[in-house]
Amino acid sequence: MMQASARRSSRRSFLSPALWIPAGLALALLGLPLMALVVRAPWAQLPELLRQPTVASALGLSLGTALLSTAISLVLGIPLALVLARSDQWPAVPRRLLRALVTVPLVLPPVVGGVALLLLLGRNGLIGQFLPFQLPFTTAAVVIAQVFVAMPFLVLAVDGALRASDRRFEVAAATLGASRFTVFRRITLPLVAPGVAAGALLCFCRALGEFGATITFAGSFPGVTQTLPIATYLQLQTDPDAAIALSLVLMVISATALVSLRDRWVPGVTA
Amino acid sequence: MRRAAPAFVAVAVLLSGCAAPAPGVATTTTDTLAGTVTVSAAASLTDTFGTIADAFTTEHPDVTVTFNFGGSSALAAQIVEGAPVDVFAAASAATMTTVVEAGLTEGEPTAFATNTLEIAVPPGNPGGVAGLADFTRPELSIALCAAEVPCGAAAMAAFAAAGIAPEPDTLEQDVKAVLTKVELGEVDAGLVYATDVRAAGDRVDGIEFAGAAAAVSVYPIARLAASTRNAAATAFVAYVLSPAGRKILDDAGFGAPQQ
Repeated sequence: MMQASARRSSRRSFLSPALWIPAGLALALLGLPLMALVVRAPWAQLPELLRQPTVASALGLSLGTALLSTAISLVLGIPLALVLARSDQWPAVPRRLLRALVTVPLVLPPVVGGVALLLLLGRNGLIGQFLPFQLPFTTAAVVIAQVFVAMPFLVLAVDGALRASDRRFEVAAATLGASRFTVFRRITLPLVAPGVAAGALLCFCRALGEFGATITFAGSFPGVTQTLPIATYLQLQTDPDAAIALSLVLMVISATALVSLRDRWVPGVTA
Repeated sequence: MRRAAPAFVAVAVLLSGCAAPAPGVATTTTDTLAGTVTVSAAASLTDTFGTIADAFTTEHPDVTVTFNFGGSSALAAQIVEGAPVDVFAAASAATMTTVVEAGLTEGEPTAFATNTLEIAVPPGNPGGVAGLADFTRPELSIALCAAEVPCGAAAMAAFAAAGIAPEPDTLEQDVKAVLTKVELGEVDAGLVYATDVRAAGDRVDGIEFAGAAAAVSVYPIARLAASTRNAAATAFVAYVLSPAGRKILDDAGFGAPQQ
């Protein structure tokens, strides 16, 4: 802890005033569009706009699916992060391939991800043609699309935390006779808990904002697959004010979730 | 060197003009049009306007036409919010009205094409769809355009005229998204424009239905007031409305609006 805070204060003193200019520009680029949204929001009609039944149904669907996607990402993503973090001893090719596989959904245009999911799980898809049920146009498809797009955020955050954690605790526990699962449950998991929390929140926010993969793979139907971002997009076609009101809801939820991260952005430093 | 370039171009244009007179517009020899025309056009015009732009730029080699294709409503919203666009071609009068009411068009919009709806099914028609009535069968997967976009509004009108309440599984954001779902075989039927069925070739089968005339879409085109490259933009609109443009629209399946 001492070391960490010392490192942080020394970094602050080395921040050259010249860096404030690009930093300020970066902040303006990120913040001003959101400010424009807030300024242009139809505050007077806001309660009325948000009371439409479509809003409640889209918001409920978005929160429900994003929470479920985050839960699935936790169950599947933490083990994947463990494999990823311990892949250092692997030969270069499979190690890089694994890392690329985890990272690609981050950079892939979500619409392409949606098409890929259709080609795999659609009615005529590689796997989908053997399924006894139809996945596209169901709420399950919304969750799958969200997990595909959002899970990498969790995996990379937990992977970062694992790499920053001290492996000697695990070795010590093992030499004292703890089973591998006990080591994972009692030592590894508590060590990386802040990383898991940060990753889960990022994953949740990304799932909440998911649009492209969802509309391509799951479609858009009120109450079933029409999440808040999709409802926002459709509202923009006819009623921009209502679309801005919906965007505000999304923004407030995401901002609340992210602000609750406090200073846990860099797991391992604050842990 | 730079200064000599226009002279070379002029000579080249003159020579080519003499060797093979361009059909239709015979003003190639005095062509002074240059610059870029930015056109926002309805998604259903994607292929046709591409062809029109190719023909237009063959006659006016110094003009570049760039396109922004999408749902007409989204395009109208972009224009109202200040998108730098020279020409707007919409799939409905309603979306064009948004732009007209914002005072952003130059002159009255002109109707240049009509389109009717057609049922699109995957090749072989696995769902055994025969007409609009099949859109109520719950076991079929059905894709329609969302009511917020023109193809969805037209679909609503067609169903209302036929007295049928469809049971769609998804309401897509534009007509091409509906077509994609049909092409991939993810839905048994979708309601798209006749021109989309023709453009998709053998990737989808089209089924015409009685009552399609109840929901004819009229496409208006207008030059936008903010356009700073007036001459080329005006020429592009004129070309779309010319006999040469009409022929390309005809070939794609677009009807001629009643004058």
